[in-house]
Amino acid sequence: MVTALGRRSLLEPRSLGEALRLLRDEGPLVPLAGCTDVYVGLHFGTVPQQRFLDLQGLRALRGLRLRGDTLVIGALATYTEILRSPLVRRRLPILAEASRWVGSPQIQNRGTLGGNVANASPAGDTLPVLAVAEATVVLRSLDDERRVPFGSFYTGYRRTVMRPDELIVAIEVPPVEGRQWFRKVGTRAAQAISKVVMAAVRARRPRVALGSVAPTVVRVPRTEAVLAAGGELAEAQAVLVEEIQPIDDLRSTAAYRRRVSANLLAQFWSETTTSRRRGRRS
Amino acid sequence: MRFSLNGRRTDVDAPPLKRLLDVLREDCLLTGTKEGCGEGECGACTVLVDGVPVNSCLVPLAHVRGRRVTTIEGLRSRLPEALVREGGTQCGICTPGVVMAAATLGPRPTAARVREALAGNLCRCTGYAGIVRALAGARAAPPPRVRRARRR
Repeated sequence: MVTALGRRSLLEPRSLGEALRLLRDEGPLVPLAGCTDVYVGLHFGTVPQQRFLDLQGLRALRGLRLRGDTLVIGALATYTEILRSPLVRRRLPILAEASRWVGSPQIQNRGTLGGNVANASPAGDTLPVLAVAEATVVLRSLDDERRVPFGSFYTGYRRTVMRPDELIVAIEVPPVEGRQWFRKVGTRAAQAISKVVMAAVRARRPRVALGSVAPTVVRVPRTEAVLAAGGELAEAQAVLVEEIQPIDDLRSTAAYRRRVSANLLAQFWSETTTSRRRGRRS
Repeated sequence: MRFSLNGRRTDVDAPPLKRLLDVLREDCLLTGTKEGCGEGECGACTVLVDGVPVNSCLVPLAHVRGRRVTTIEGLRSRLPEALVREGGTQCGICTPGVVMAAATLGPRPTAARVREALAGNLCRCTGYAGIVRALAGARAAPPPRVRRARRR
C-alpha cells in the first residue's frame, strides 16, 4: 500500500457541516472512522477509491446519551466505549456483549458502531442486536436528516439505502422489553469472523435476528410468529432453517450454519425460560 | 504532522494516510514495532495512542496528530525480562506487541485477565503458556537473578 500512497488524499473537516458540504461538493469520498475495515481493504488492494474523508474531528458524532426514553449512540462510539457504558449495559446489555466479541481489545479501541453499520457486512457482530432492538439509523446530508428503521437499512449484500452525500450520525435505540440474549459462534473466541451470530429478545412477541446466514443481517418473522403463537420449539426450528439462506464459504458451510442456527434458537429459548440471566457468553 | 513520540515532541513529514506502523519504522527509524499480518489480526504492531493499545497497521498518521504515541522503545517495563525468564518469547516477532498490549494491565493481573488483554496477539512459537505465566506474575516477581548477577 505504500507505493500507492502518493495518489491518495485525505480531507479533514472540523465540523459536521463542513464534512457534509465536502461530501456533496467534493464527492465521492470514503468516510474514515476507526479504519479497522478500510485499512484492511487498503492493505489488500481491494479499496480502489483514492479520496477519503476523516470523521475523527467531528465531535457531533461522539458520545452516548439518553434523549427521553431513547438511547442515542454517536456513530463514532467505539466498541470499548460501548461495552464500558453504564447506559448500554443497563438498557441494551447484548450490545455491550456483542462489542466484547468484536476482534480484539486493539480493534475494540478503534472500531466504531457507525462503521460496523456502514460497512454492511452480513457478519457484523452488532447488527443482529440492532435488528432485534428495532434501532433507527440517523442519516444526515447537507439539506436533510433521515431516520431509517434498521430493518429497511440494508437492501442487499453490502448494500444500504445510504446516498453518497450522507453520513451516519447516530444510532437510536428505543427501550427493549423482555429478556435479551446474544451469542456469536466462530472458530475461536477472539479475532474470528462469525459463522453464525444471533441476537434475540424473549417477550410476548419474541424477536430473533441472525448474521452470516443471508446476504444481509436478517430478522426471521415467520420463526418469530411460531414462537409468539406458542408453537413447539421444534416447529420454530424447522421454520428457521427454511427462512434463512446461508451459503458455503471459506468460514463455514450452509448445512453447518442451518444446524447451528437451529441449536442457537433452542439455546435462546431454554436459557430465557429457565434462568433470568441476561445475555450469554459462549 | 506533530505528535508526541515516547515523550518527545515529533514532527514528521509524511502523507496523512500513511500507516502509523510505516511512519514509526521508516520515518522515525523505530523498528521495534513489527509488522505481522497487516490486517489487525496478529497484534505484532501494537502501540499505545494516548495510553490505549491499537494496531498501528490500521491507524493513519492523521489520527495521531497532537496525540501521545508510545512504542516498545519508549516503554519502561520489566515485562520483557519476565517473558525471557518464563520462556514467553522465542522468535521475537510477537514480543513487542505482547508487551505493549500487556502494558495497560494493572498490578498482579489474573491469568484470565492476561488472556483477555492478549486476545489480539498471536504467537506461533510459545503456545502462550509462558507468556501468560510471565505476565500474570510479572509485577509480583522479584527481579530475575540472572540479570542481577550480570550487573555485578
